[in-house]
Amino acid sequence: MEGALASAGGLDEAARLHWREDASERTLRRDGRRWTAWTAWIVLVFTAPGLVLLAIQPLTAPVAALCFAHAWAIPGLQARRGARQVVPIGGERSATRRTSAEPEAERLALGLLADLVGHPERELLAASGLALERGELGVWLVGERGAFLVRSAGRRLDCWCVRVAETEDLPAGDRVAHLLLALREDELGFAKVANLGFSGAAWRVRRELPPRSRPALDAARRELRSRAATPPGRARARPGA
Amino acid sequence: MGRLIRLDRTGHTTLAEWTGDGVLAEAAAAAFERELELGMIASVSHPDGTAEVVRELPVDAELVVMRRPIAGG
Repeated sequence: MEGALASAGGLDEAARLHWREDASERTLRRDGRRWTAWTAWIVLVFTAPGLVLLAIQPLTAPVAALCFAHAWAIPGLQARRGARQVVPIGGERSATRRTSAEPEAERLALGLLADLVGHPERELLAASGLALERGELGVWLVGERGAFLVRSAGRRLDCWCVRVAETEDLPAGDRVAHLLLALREDELGFAKVANLGFSGAAWRVRRELPPRSRPALDAARRELRSRAATPPGRARARPGA
Repeated sequence: MGRLIRLDRTGHTTLAEWTGDGVLAEAAAAAFERELELGMIASVSHPDGTAEVVRELPVDAELVVMRRPIAGG
């Protein structure tokens, strides 16, 4: 079977992880619900004592405020951690910032990556440092390390921790190309190999992204909203098609 | 014309180029095998935007990319 969603003969990397559960839309939905439940629990655990304190003694308002601050900050920290799992080309932790980075190698790698993505995605890649890839599970945004999966009509975003196993001195563009090719070969296998670091509302991660990468997330959400509005059965264009 | 490239520290390296299934294709197939033995994975992109892992050199492919394995972070 060629590339696409599920591939029995897909990624070798996924086949080696025999102890791991195969990824599917069902497992993604389940994991998303678990993340939502966990976040709701955190909010409840810190908000409830604050409310109780205020009810018992209004003078404890400063302590209650501390509880409310925790209820706000901890989910925020989780979203920030998820956002930081994806490294855009040219970002703070990009391979292009290495002292050993070779400009000619970086240029060659970016040229090949530009050939791999479609024309609109090429402009988005140059602006945001992320490669947009339309999948069956949703729309992916692939970085040098890590990938976002935007799904549920653009409302939910999953942050995946994934990288080239032996990075050595690979230029930034090649790192993205590696992940992009693996994703195109076997989307479910890719999700099996990658580690889910966060799943939650897309707006929570958006505000933690570098400003230049936000348009990529907006484009992915727009893509999913238009997909939701497209009648079933109509073919979707893929980059490079 | 087919081209076999490897993603590496130089950006990418062209390992072989061939036309048809002659001597050049045989040399490309040998280079392809060497890369597989080194643990590289061969990927062929399709016009519909998908890609496929191949374990033998497809002589009719325009571009075969050798990449390293990926892993969870």
